[in-house]
Amino acid sequence: MPVPIPEQLKDLTRPRINRAPSPLLALSLPWILVMLGSLSPTSPIIASAPVMPPLGFLFLLGWLHLRPGLLPVWAGLPLGLIDDLFSGQPMGSGMLLWSLATIGMDYVETRFPWRGFMQNWLVASTVIAGYLLVAAWFAGVHRQPDLLLAMLPQIGLSILAYPIAVQIVGLVDRLRLIPVREV
Amino acid sequence: MAPSSNRRPGSSRRAQYSTFLGYVIAFLGVAVGVAVLLISMGNAGAFSGLRSSASDVVAPAAEAAAVSRSEGQGLFSALKGYFTYGVRVARNEQELAEARVKLAEANALRDENRRLKALLDLQDVDPKPVAVARLIGSTSSSTRRFALLGAGRSRGIAVGMPVRSPLGLVGRVLETGDRTARVLLITDTESVVPVRRASDGVPAFATGRGDGTLQLRLINLGTNPLKVGDAFVTSGSGGLYWPGTAIAVVTRLTRDGAIARALSDPGITEFVQVQPLWEEGTAAQQMAVPAPAGAK
Repeated sequence: MPVPIPEQLKDLTRPRINRAPSPLLALSLPWILVMLGSLSPTSPIIASAPVMPPLGFLFLLGWLHLRPGLLPVWAGLPLGLIDDLFSGQPMGSGMLLWSLATIGMDYVETRFPWRGFMQNWLVASTVIAGYLLVAAWFAGVHRQPDLLLAMLPQIGLSILAYPIAVQIVGLVDRLRLIPVREV
Repeated sequence: MAPSSNRRPGSSRRAQYSTFLGYVIAFLGVAVGVAVLLISMGNAGAFSGLRSSASDVVAPAAEAAAVSRSEGQGLFSALKGYFTYGVRVARNEQELAEARVKLAEANALRDENRRLKALLDLQDVDPKPVAVARLIGSTSSSTRRFALLGAGRSRGIAVGMPVRSPLGLVGRVLETGDRTARVLLITDTESVVPVRRASDGVPAFATGRGDGTLQLRLINLGTNPLKVGDAFVTSGSGGLYWPGTAIAVVTRLTRDGAIARALSDPGITEFVQVQPLWEEGTAAQQMAVPAPAGAK
């Protein structure tokens, strides 16, 4: 999906003489974006039901789809730990599920190397729905079965939010390679 | 999209080993996740220090965002107000007329109340709040219902203290950091609050359902005396919550109780009060019942 880029930004990302992308920026921005997504529980929204899409997880999927191999296979462990600190889930739920998702995505990547955006979206939808349901189970939803019904809007919203998350990831991916370092 | 080439490490032993090591760490991550999950599911308080210090780190940013929330909501409600102006004026006038009558009745009741209380030698139990602070965030993508409070141990907040807004009970403090505290909202599925019907004191338990409503379970089984619209307040039994804090209104009846809507929506309250712990028989007696004049 083409990301519309403003002219100034286009100029910024163009390769220039004696300028190169900073490796620090290029390697750290994916991690930073996912962590910022995990911080969404400290956003101004105080919800009385689970409604917000898990932004950190969406960004993780976005990076895995858009730039396979940029985040290592083990990225799910540290990123999941950060998510656990803020998400309110029992500790370890993010570490486990994010690790599984990263490994699963890696498998999909090797098994079906040629994919379009729609296939990616389909895979992401399945993974997101599975993630939310299993995470809810860890948080004790089986003691309150009605809550599953209340989760449907969140699952739908998260699936719809995935293309937007990928757009944001794409934009950050452009910023990542801005030539800022003098060579 | 074309498959990326960095998947094939080529003949370099070093590259092959690092790819392999990556997978080993990834699967170790799964194992660590399972282990940590089992520990934290067995003991909810485990890792609370880690969580609190993480919240402390992001608290300043979240506090700023919370300020923008109340301002943003003001803007939206002002915009919305223009569209519903006429309807609301008509409704307000009608409500005002009704309220005048109720006010007269309430005045009479207050007088009567004062006389009766003087008779009983009681004083109003109204705790002095430990702190007044903003709710700076909530777990909006998880099914658990926690909120983050913008004040912590440094302002005297301790685990277990009830948190209320002007509209009613919000929850209680679960974990404290230095500058933040994690609040278990009454709508969380693990929260249980002893309540009674405001009108006649029918006792019940209010359990959260995770979606903004509460399940009321009556203690005395038998015919269900509840009606839609009944208001419930905390009963104070068992300690912790101060008695008489408004909590919920019944919206739907069930076989063994009712579903009730929580009165305080933490999303629209700007500031909340943290109250000291209510302990039956100690603090309450000192505040509520003055020592008998003759006893020394």
